[in-house]
Amino acid sequence: MSQFAINIIFVGGSFLLYILIAIWAKAGSTKDFYVAGGGVHPVTNGMAIGADWMSAASFISMAGLIAAGGYANSTFLMGWTGGYVLLAMLLAPYLRKFGKFTVPEFIGDRFYSKNARLVAVICLIVASVTYVIGQMAGAGVAFSRFLEVDATLGLIIAAVVVFMYAVMGGMKGITYTQVAQYCVLIIAYTIPAVFISLQLTGNPLPPLGLFSTHTDSGLPILEKLNQVITDLGFNSYTADIDNKLNMVLFTLSLMIGTAGLPHVIIRFFTVPKVADARWSAGWALVFIALLYLTAPAVASMARLNLMTTIYPDGTDAAPILYEERPNWVKEWEVTGLIQFEDKNNDGRIQHYNDSESFQSEAEARGWAGNELTVNRDILVLANPEIANLPGWVIGLIAAGGLAAALSTAAGLLLAISSAVSHDLIKGSINPNITEKGELLAARISMAVAIVVATWLGANPPGFAAQVVALAFGIAAASLFPALMMGIFSKRVNNTGAIAGMLSGLAFTLVYIFVYKGWLFIPGTNNLPDTPENWVLGISPLSIGAVGAIVNFAVAFVVSNATEEPPVEIQELVESVRYPRGAGQAQDH
Amino acid sequence: MSGHSYDAENYWKANLRLIFGSLIVWALVSYGCAILLRPMLAGISVGGTDLGFWFAQQGSILTFIALIFHYAWRMNKIDEKFGVHEE
Repeated sequence: MSQFAINIIFVGGSFLLYILIAIWAKAGSTKDFYVAGGGVHPVTNGMAIGADWMSAASFISMAGLIAAGGYANSTFLMGWTGGYVLLAMLLAPYLRKFGKFTVPEFIGDRFYSKNARLVAVICLIVASVTYVIGQMAGAGVAFSRFLEVDATLGLIIAAVVVFMYAVMGGMKGITYTQVAQYCVLIIAYTIPAVFISLQLTGNPLPPLGLFSTHTDSGLPILEKLNQVITDLGFNSYTADIDNKLNMVLFTLSLMIGTAGLPHVIIRFFTVPKVADARWSAGWALVFIALLYLTAPAVASMARLNLMTTIYPDGTDAAPILYEERPNWVKEWEVTGLIQFEDKNNDGRIQHYNDSESFQSEAEARGWAGNELTVNRDILVLANPEIANLPGWVIGLIAAGGLAAALSTAAGLLLAISSAVSHDLIKGSINPNITEKGELLAARISMAVAIVVATWLGANPPGFAAQVVALAFGIAAASLFPALMMGIFSKRVNNTGAIAGMLSGLAFTLVYIFVYKGWLFIPGTNNLPDTPENWVLGISPLSIGAVGAIVNFAVAFVVSNATEEPPVEIQELVESVRYPRGAGQAQDH
Repeated sequence: MSGHSYDAENYWKANLRLIFGSLIVWALVSYGCAILLRPMLAGISVGGTDLGFWFAQQGSILTFIALIFHYAWRMNKIDEKFGVHEE
């Protein structure tokens, strides 16, 4: 059977499964649509959170980032998991006790202000829309590589599938498809990793393999990797870095941003009890960690595999001839994600770091520049081919990448559509809307959101990669502090909360735009985006944590200078702190 | 749950203590062992590298899981002790 047929079977089979689930889990009420009826088991919810959270960025890009940056990019591993500790202890149980449908609804009620709710809706929509672009674009890449269809057509197929289960089933349909998608993506991610770990170290568990001995050389695998890449002028994989302040703030921004992302928070509204919200945070992290503990092993092993493919006889010997390149290189060359240019016309592939310090050695070997560019996003997708794994593993990876992208896209689309139908339409425009009318409004908003997301995915703005930083920055600087203060302080009032959110947001946006360009328009940046120009060496990607601190500080100062919140609001704060009487998620 | 009874206040204090302790460990493994204190732990070698690298790529994640389950388990006990648990 051809590889194409195998891929079709795996991807088609997984899509059929999602559609069957959609037909089974149709939403009959707004409560089904917004919180899946409120009766989801904590382990089931943990699994759904895993799929909701792990996006195309986690599945496709993260291992590539770690492979390229080594120790320095451990920030993604810690940042995208540490946020769950904050969620479990500072937000999820109390928001579950509050028992409403959306994140802006809590902010609006707690700060007794429609304006606060509106600010929260805007932050939510900007953060979620920017995030969903990346998911749709990721799905497009997976389609074009594995199913040999045009990326736009692939995107439309993906959008139709999401449409079926998200519009029909709402949160209920999304929850159970996310459980299925989690299973698909985790199997797809770990199976190739187990094979590669076995091949390189003899240990079937990748997280243990990462710290084991490389069978061929007898050295620990990380030591072997360091040796190979430093021989070619690259930085050592495990080396410590100098700019620790930036590393701390970047990790903190990712953690706070993770805890403040609405599409993750609303998943905690679907469990029956407050205690279940705590447990499901734990289960979510267990399911997420299965991938996050495998990723660093995949990163180092795939990078070593790539190097030994190019230098089969060691870094001192000549690299392989271009004519003898393995098949997977040819296939990825077609997509443009691997590029080769024979700069010294010797017919061989020289791959090394074009740095000044390595220049004399390169010249001595007759090399005229690095000849191979490998897009780091292909690392996970090409992993089975690099390790010569059977065709069905490649089909599995295709289905897994799509599962990761679609499950996150669906979660984000639900957060967007419930903010529109519940917070904007029912909350402001037409409070007397009937249950049936609101359900219809929710479905229409979802459909519109899918169309917009698909269009943006097919025509991604040039700044697609940078806007993810924007999503985390917004969530960290605006939503997380407002939610946390709403629970942990009785003193913070409406004026303080709004001033805090707006100043945290403005501070973060200005710092990002000064370096990245205003609204990311190229050439409009005031300062070059290089470490020498950053204030105290803080990168614009790390600024969300500082924005959060600004938000907290402004909210406290302004609140203390103005009236304290009314008694009924202080009682509301009291009530979210005690689990008793949570009942199921309620409408007004 | 009514306003400011003695027990309610102590329940909240017990929760805050538990959160505070958990977040100290949370910060210690990630910002401490994995980043700021890494040079101090450089002498302890783990599979071709040092303990700080292990914390950055595995240790902190494992600790986070343990922290959340410990918190959920302790809080459920505290809920029952103060009688604020759900039936």
